[in-house]
This record gives sequence, C-alpha cells and structure tokens, in this order.
Amino acid sequence: MIGSPYTLGGNSTSTIMLKVMLALVPGILAHAWYFGPGIWISLLVCSVFALGFEAFMLLMRGRPLKHALSDNSALLTAWLLALSLPTLAPWWLYAIGMLFAIVVAKQFYGGLGQNLFNPAMIGYAALIVSFPVNMTQWAAPVDLADHALTLLDAFDVVFAGQGSISPDAYTSATVLDTWKTQARLNTPVASILSQPMFGWAGGRGMETVAAMYLLGGLYLFWSRLITWHIPLAFLVGVAASAGLLHLIDPTQHAGPLLHLFSGGVMLGAFFIATDPVTAASTPRGKLIYAGLAGILTAIIRAFGGYPDGVAFAVLLMNICVPFIDTYTQPRVFGHGAGPKKAGKA
Amino acid sequence: MSSPEAALTPEISPESAPGAAPEPAAPRARLLSQETRDIILNGLWKQNPGVVQILGLCPLLAISNNVVNALSLGLATTLVMALSSGSVALVRNFIPHAIRIPAFVLIIAVLVTMVELAMHAWVPALYIVLGVFLPLITTNCIVLARVEAFASKRSTSHSVLDATMMGLGLTAVLVVLGSVREAIGKGTLFSGIDMALGPVAKDWVIPLAHDYSGFLLAVLPPGAFIGLGLLIATRNWLQEERPGH
Repeated sequence: MIGSPYTLGGNSTSTIMLKVMLALVPGILAHAWYFGPGIWISLLVCSVFALGFEAFMLLMRGRPLKHALSDNSALLTAWLLALSLPTLAPWWLYAIGMLFAIVVAKQFYGGLGQNLFNPAMIGYAALIVSFPVNMTQWAAPVDLADHALTLLDAFDVVFAGQGSISPDAYTSATVLDTWKTQARLNTPVASILSQPMFGWAGGRGMETVAAMYLLGGLYLFWSRLITWHIPLAFLVGVAASAGLLHLIDPTQHAGPLLHLFSGGVMLGAFFIATDPVTAASTPRGKLIYAGLAGILTAIIRAFGGYPDGVAFAVLLMNICVPFIDTYTQPRVFGHGAGPKKAGKA
Repeated sequence: MSSPEAALTPEISPESAPGAAPEPAAPRARLLSQETRDIILNGLWKQNPGVVQILGLCPLLAISNNVVNALSLGLATTLVMALSSGSVALVRNFIPHAIRIPAFVLIIAVLVTMVELAMHAWVPALYIVLGVFLPLITTNCIVLARVEAFASKRSTSHSVLDATMMGLGLTAVLVVLGSVREAIGKGTLFSGIDMALGPVAKDWVIPLAHDYSGFLLAVLPPGAFIGLGLLIATRNWLQEERPGH
C-alpha cells in the first residue's frame, strides 16, 4: 500500500493530445473566419485518412486497434498537417500527406513514441517536394478573393476538381512567396508591402491565425504541457536571424515581424517543434534544438528554393536530437560536476 | 577448369542453365548438381546482392528512376561481373595473395572500359544517360565482393555462374525498383526505351494513366531509399512467413 497524498492521473496520452487539439481551435476558427470554410474539409479529410491508415497499419502489425486509435495521436498529426497545407487542395494531396505521416514516418518506425521524425512534417516535406504547384495555391482571404466559396463549393473543389470556377478566383500566393519573387525582381520594399495581401504584421488573415496559435501555445505553456524553452528559442532563432539578414540587406530580406507572423513559424514553435517524441528532452538540449531550428528556418526561407523552411528545419534538427540529448544531460542532484558521463544516457 | 567439380558443369552455359535440358526426361537433380543449384538460388534470392547483402547500392539508388536505365545498368553490371569473375578465376593461381585486390581491380577496370566503349559505340544515347555510372561499375563493391569471395577460390565455370546469377539478382531488384519508381513517379513504363533499342521502339512506352501529373518524390533520391526499404521489408516478410505459419 502506498500512502496519500495521491496525484490524480489526469494526463494520459489521449487527454494530452486532446488538450493540444483544443489549443489549436482558436487558430482554426480564425482560419475559417478569414479564409472560408475550406479548412473544415481539409481537417475532416486528413482526420479520416489518418485514422484509416493508422488502423490499417495496426492491423498489419498485429497490434491492438482500440487502444492506439483512441490515444488521439493520429488525429493530432492529421490536424497539424491539415493546418500546414493549403486548404482547397485536391483530396488525394491530403491522402498522400497522411500516408507519409502515419505509415512512413510513424508506423514504419514502430508507432507512437518510436518515430525519429515529426510525422506531420514528413507528410508536409513529401508533398512540397512532389507537388510544388498544388502546395503554393493557398486560399485567398475571403475579402480579397474574386469568388468566395461556400462550404458546398469548397467540397466540390476538393473532391471533384476545380470545375467551372478557375482556381485563380479563390487562391493566391502566400506573402513569403510574394516577397521572395518580388524582392528578386528588385521591386521597392514599400510597393511590395502595400499590396493588399500584406496585413499589419504578416499576411492578411494569416497573421491573426498565427496570433491565435500563439494564444493556444500560451495555453499549452500555462497548462504545463510544454516548457518555455522550445517555443522561445525557436522564435528568437527565427527573429534574430531574420533581423540580421534584414539589417544586412533590407531590400532582399523581410523584417523579423513578417517572418514571425507568416508561414508556419507560430504553429511550428508551439505545436510542431515541441512534439515530445521527436524534440530534444533536456532543458539545455531544447534550447539548442529549437534555436538552431529557428535559425535554419530563416536561412531556408531566405536562400532556399521552397517557400517555407519550418518543416525542413524541424526535420533536420530531429536528426540531431539523439546527439544533442547525449551531450546536454543535466547534472544529477547530489553528484559533483566531476568527469562527464556523456554516453551514459 | 582444373578443379574436380568442373567436370559436371562446363557444358552448362550460365545464361541457359535453369532451362537448358537436352533430354527433358532427365530429372533436375542430375542435370544441375546441388552446388550449381545453390549458386543459382543464392544469387537470385538467398544472398541477393540488392536486398540481402545490400551491396552495390550507389548505382542501384542513383539510376533506378526508370525501367530502361535500371535494366541497362543492371545488364552492363552483370556482364562485367561475369567477365571479371571468369577472368579472375582463370588467373587466380598466378596472383600473389598480398596484392590480389589491386590486381582484381585492374582486371575489373579493364573489362569495364571495354563494356563502356562497346556501349558508347552501339547505344550512344543510353551511354549518355547512364553517364558516370558506367565507369563507376569498376568501384561497385558487388563486383569486387564476388571476385574476392568466390572467384578467387573456385573453378572458372562456377565463378562465371555465380557472378551471372548475382548480377541477374541485382538486375531484378533494379528493374523492380525502377518500374515502381517510374510507374508512381511518371505514370509510364519503359520510357526512353528507344535509347536502348533504336527509333523502332519509340512507341513501346506504356502509359499507365492518362493525364497523370506525376509524383516527383518517387523519381527523386528519397524515392529510391524508401522504395528499396520497402523491397527489403517485403523480402524479409516473404522469408519469415514460410516456417512460422
């Protein structure tokens, strides 16, 4: 018998996953408000394929279905991938993304807790490498689109192809894309930023969504599901390197505020880089891991060929995690700072 | 041809070994000795260089983005393997043990140069596509591995058979990987076959789907690694099902 006080076992895997999904809700609502109902369809399609692939792989591997399906981890992966992808993309794009996320990145490695790489980011990387055109057609903000889609229209676009409405009527490039192409054409900064797609910080609409992710991330921090290390180091890494590049050449490199509030930075800092399975786990290790991921993000955005760098930066740092964790073991309380026992972890 | 077991096999040329039965009534066991059958089975399945020994992966991964490339490089490698294993087995008793590896590599390099020049002369388009991977057959570790592990110790005929079977095993993996990558990546099979067989083969390309937009990842390097991993997993799966269930 163990005496009191007992702790309440409130945080099982499935409730943690649910809380993280809850923290995503403000961002999703903002997304639906600014970009129309497409997000509901992409979330639904991704969730269905995630559960389907998860169940299929569990059956193939002879694992119990119910326990693993009800831990909500596949659903969370589906949501994170759906929020990283353009809405209104054809349904097979979401299906292939989930195939890579769940089957290749998660189950091939042994399922939840065994994966080396962040599943959602593997899905994203596979898609952006394979379908660069589909991946740059983002839904335009509703008030800027020539044609605002209803839920039914969006359903048509996702499942039956574009039909009568040209995709140009409801999609646009992202601000990061626009900035990159315009800056390379030496368009003056002021005239780039005066385009209607730019808002007060990042892209119109997307900046608010990013702010809502920030809010949800603060909830995660407040409910102690994540520590401050990874988000802060990631954001500082992005802001510092983007700021440095901006100082060096303001005509080519956007300022840190635009970088923080566009693309996947906020989602990445609080929800993706913090994945407990694939992130570094020691406090100092988290700072190194997330700081370098932030710096890489800014560098890939500035010099790389792809529109956003969050996925590649996180995946590259995932590779380094075992190495970082080995060399950042904290000193065990009561033990001297004697000879390092680095390899012992 | 001095070794004792050569007596049984010299008339069986490696290419036609499995099916070449002069008298159909003769039982298989007498036609192919146990050793010969072991060599064939090892090369094609049990010790397959591509998915079991995992040797010679550099060209395997780099060139397997379509069937024609995969098949051509596979056959070129097979030819080099058969020739070099045969040559080394012939001279194996004259090569001092201490310098055998440099000697083997020289022999292989000479034969690769011959194959390369021949392809340059007869299939120039394919020669250009395969590019640096043709001369690189010299450094392909599966060639040296068979020479060192087999040909330097066994009779000429067995060495040629072993190298041919290993080469065909590698070619089979290359072709499977190449067709999967081409089918998924581009939605065709045998694209570029006219480079190998001349303009007459222009229409032999098989389109698998109409207006298929392509899946770039499959023809890019990651597709090769993922595809090979899946092939290895499939082979292991087939292998483990047999005794267990």
